[in-house]
Amino acid sequence: MATVSVQQVSKSYSGREVLARLDLDMTDGELICLLGPSGCGKTTLLRIIAGFIRPDSGMVHVAGADVTNLPPAARRMGMVFQAYSLFPNMSALDNVRFGPRVAGVARDEQVSRAKRLLDLVGLAEHAAKYPHQLSGGQQQRVALARALAVQPQVLLLDEPLSALDAKVRAQLREEIRRIQRETGITTVLVTHDQEEALSMSDRVAVMNAGRLLQVATPAAIYREPADAFVARFIGAAAVLPGVAADGHVHVDTIALPARAASAHPVGHPVEVFIRPEHVRLEAMNGHVPPGALAADVRETTFFGSLTRVRLALLDLPQADSIWADLPSERADAFRPGARVFASWDAGAPRVLARENIRE
Amino acid sequence: MSGVGSRADNTPLLTPAAARLRPAFGRVLPWLCIGAFFAFAAAFMLAPTIMLAIQSVMDDGAFTLDFISSLGEYRYRVAFENSLVLSVASATVGVLAGAPIAHAVIKPGAPRWLRSAVTSFSAVAANFAGVPLAFAFISTLGSLGLLTRLLKQAGIDIYALGFSLYSITGLTLTYSYFQVPLMVIIVTPAFEALRPSWREAAESMGASSWQYWRMVGLPVLAPSLLSGWILLFGSAFSAYATAYALTSGNIGLVTTEISNVLSGNVMASPQTGAALSVGMIVVMVAVLAVSAGLAQRAARWMPHR
Amino acid sequence: MNRLGVGSAIVLLLAAIYFFVPLAMTVAFSLWEGGSRYGLASYHVLLHRAELGSALVLSIELAVATAAALVVLLLPAMIFMNLYAPRLRPAFEFIASLPFVVPAIALVAGLTALFTGPDWLVGSPFYLVIPYFFLALPYAYRALDVGIRALDLTTLTEAGQSLGASLWQIIGLVVLPNLRSALIGSLLLTLAVIIGEFTFANVLLFDTFAVIMNQIGQHEATEAAALSVMAFLLTWAAMAGVLIVGRGRAQVGGAR
Repeated sequence: MATVSVQQVSKSYSGREVLARLDLDMTDGELICLLGPSGCGKTTLLRIIAGFIRPDSGMVHVAGADVTNLPPAARRMGMVFQAYSLFPNMSALDNVRFGPRVAGVARDEQVSRAKRLLDLVGLAEHAAKYPHQLSGGQQQRVALARALAVQPQVLLLDEPLSALDAKVRAQLREEIRRIQRETGITTVLVTHDQEEALSMSDRVAVMNAGRLLQVATPAAIYREPADAFVARFIGAAAVLPGVAADGHVHVDTIALPARAASAHPVGHPVEVFIRPEHVRLEAMNGHVPPGALAADVRETTFFGSLTRVRLALLDLPQADSIWADLPSERADAFRPGARVFASWDAGAPRVLARENIRE
Repeated sequence: MSGVGSRADNTPLLTPAAARLRPAFGRVLPWLCIGAFFAFAAAFMLAPTIMLAIQSVMDDGAFTLDFISSLGEYRYRVAFENSLVLSVASATVGVLAGAPIAHAVIKPGAPRWLRSAVTSFSAVAANFAGVPLAFAFISTLGSLGLLTRLLKQAGIDIYALGFSLYSITGLTLTYSYFQVPLMVIIVTPAFEALRPSWREAAESMGASSWQYWRMVGLPVLAPSLLSGWILLFGSAFSAYATAYALTSGNIGLVTTEISNVLSGNVMASPQTGAALSVGMIVVMVAVLAVSAGLAQRAARWMPHR
Repeated sequence: MNRLGVGSAIVLLLAAIYFFVPLAMTVAFSLWEGGSRYGLASYHVLLHRAELGSALVLSIELAVATAAALVVLLLPAMIFMNLYAPRLRPAFEFIASLPFVVPAIALVAGLTALFTGPDWLVGSPFYLVIPYFFLALPYAYRALDVGIRALDLTTLTEAGQSLGASLWQIIGLVVLPNLRSALIGSLLLTLAVIIGEFTFANVLLFDTFAVIMNQIGQHEATEAAALSVMAFLLTWAAMAGVLIVGRGRAQVGGAR
């Protein structure tokens, strides 16, 4: 049972607090992503779990045992780094069998285990190649095989896809997910790419400025962000400041439908988050849904299958834009300068208390 | 490329006469410059070298191998042996001392000022070589040197114990003063190229420090260390000023023997000096070739950026 | 992780001892006036030695002349090679590495064999500029090459031409200013190398600084030590200049 438990871990560098009394529990066999902007402490946390950094306070438990004071070599964790971590003087096979080799495993077993793992990552025929003969994606797959060769309790991945091309990244994402499911190893993956986090993980832990903001499934993070930072960080959303009313948010002079506003005391300063996929557009002369707002199309951006339309609400000339995502065929009707009606389901927007947000 | 510009109002910058002259001159000038450089190098570098080669096998217009074979005489054989021993010894000391210093300076735990202090001192020490270095060591460890006398007062008479600054051992000790910094300068980039993720990956897989160095660190460094050794060998082999100032040519080295022939100190014909020089050049060519080959190998293992 | 580790600390300590003790001893020795008196007597004597002063002047003149030769012969050739004949680069690299392969003592042997006259050339100390040019060449070439390569000469030249500048304007207004630090670095290095140069001057019997240093030092021990200290300070100043200008890249030259 390889659960990982981080308790009250803190770390400061030269007076700057990088991690602040962080608690995180990971269940056996799950793939959890540490997601956040640069400098949020996610890599520091990973390296504390790995043992390369000693926390100023707090504890790390793996499978129930306290490993806080153990050196990395004693923790039986596999680690995959961002790039260029393969030993250049060894072939792929020799790289993968390195862990068993230093552990004193018999040579035959070393080689057979290495071959099996290279097969698992789809590189069986490249076993004799040296790192400089492999592409970036192939190198990372070998690195993954190498980390698995020590039969670790926990697998740690430090932004393993950041240095790769977009297409390779997408392929490797699926590979890692597949391998993790097959092996069932508890995996912690650090990334700043939310697409990666949402598509790969069982749970996502969103971090900012050394604190854990929300730990939940990707769907929950996306649909029910716990606070304004998470709501802004994940996905795209229009954010409008206003005041809570019953079932609406009053922004300047108009009332935007938002059932979630009822959870806040009337008159309380709030922010309403409206995601583009929830906004529907109707042409001026079409059927106008009740409660729809008039808006001008400012610009459209073509993304392939969908087009994002930027709108300015007529009654809110000072406010920021709202976006609507439409299938590209439908978006042709809405050119810049056109006047349209925008509406959304009242239950769709998130309403969160307005506070000073550290970004 | 005509090289003629003009002002915004289209008046040309040059008079018609100059404009006519310049394109032709402008086209030729680059090649003149390059040609002059090559000619200079050919006349004063290549030609003397070829002259030496010719001179070493010519006696009064007749081809002979006498002078080359005279290199086998006792005097010159000893000189080559001494030079080789000195070069091997000081190169080895340079590597054994220089590599750990470079490693210590590059370490992530090393204080910032250490790096620049070592770099700047290495540059100074490496250039300090020659007459001043010899005098510095004479002042320290010569028979009347300050350190020698201090040790004598403390009861240790190093000269009675067999040490002499004016020996191969003493020369090796002195040469180290510029060999070690030279090694540090040469080998620091190789240590920098050791990625921390290699060390961490090895650690996370359970390897001890010694295992990491034995299986990853040293093998990756090996070509650079070897290349450094070879360059140090070449540096010691061709060194002249330090040895001369220290021993006034009393210890037979290839370099001092050549200078003895040139200054007429010995009853040897200039062709012998030429033969010695050619011998030196051959050794240095081999040194450079092997070192270049090793450097290429080292570069192959470094990640492409 | 702000510790060096015991092993590394010991290595550095031993190295520090090895490198500082001779310097300290030399300074102390240079201040010895016989018996147990200490003072600046040997420095006084040195400063009044006419031959030392004129030798230093000669060495500086030679250094300046060599630097001028480098600027006149090497720099234009390198610029034009990069612009018009990049395929000649291997030839340049070959010439630049020749001085390593043909050591100073061998080159001087070859020069004396080949050039026995005319007298105005071989008899003048400025004859030394010729071998000195090659002594400084590998380092000057390397320094200038790094500087020129960092410039992307072709793009700069094309940009300048598209704006209407002539080649000379481009070289004067764009190329040379950007090469300033590489130039100054290599000139300072040349200075340090030439002032310490011994081999050529000694064999060819010219009284440069290092040669006079040796002559004085062979007979006067304390003055030898004082000379050593002066040479060290000179080298230090030149290297500090090189490092400041080159921003940390250490370069090596000089007599061995």
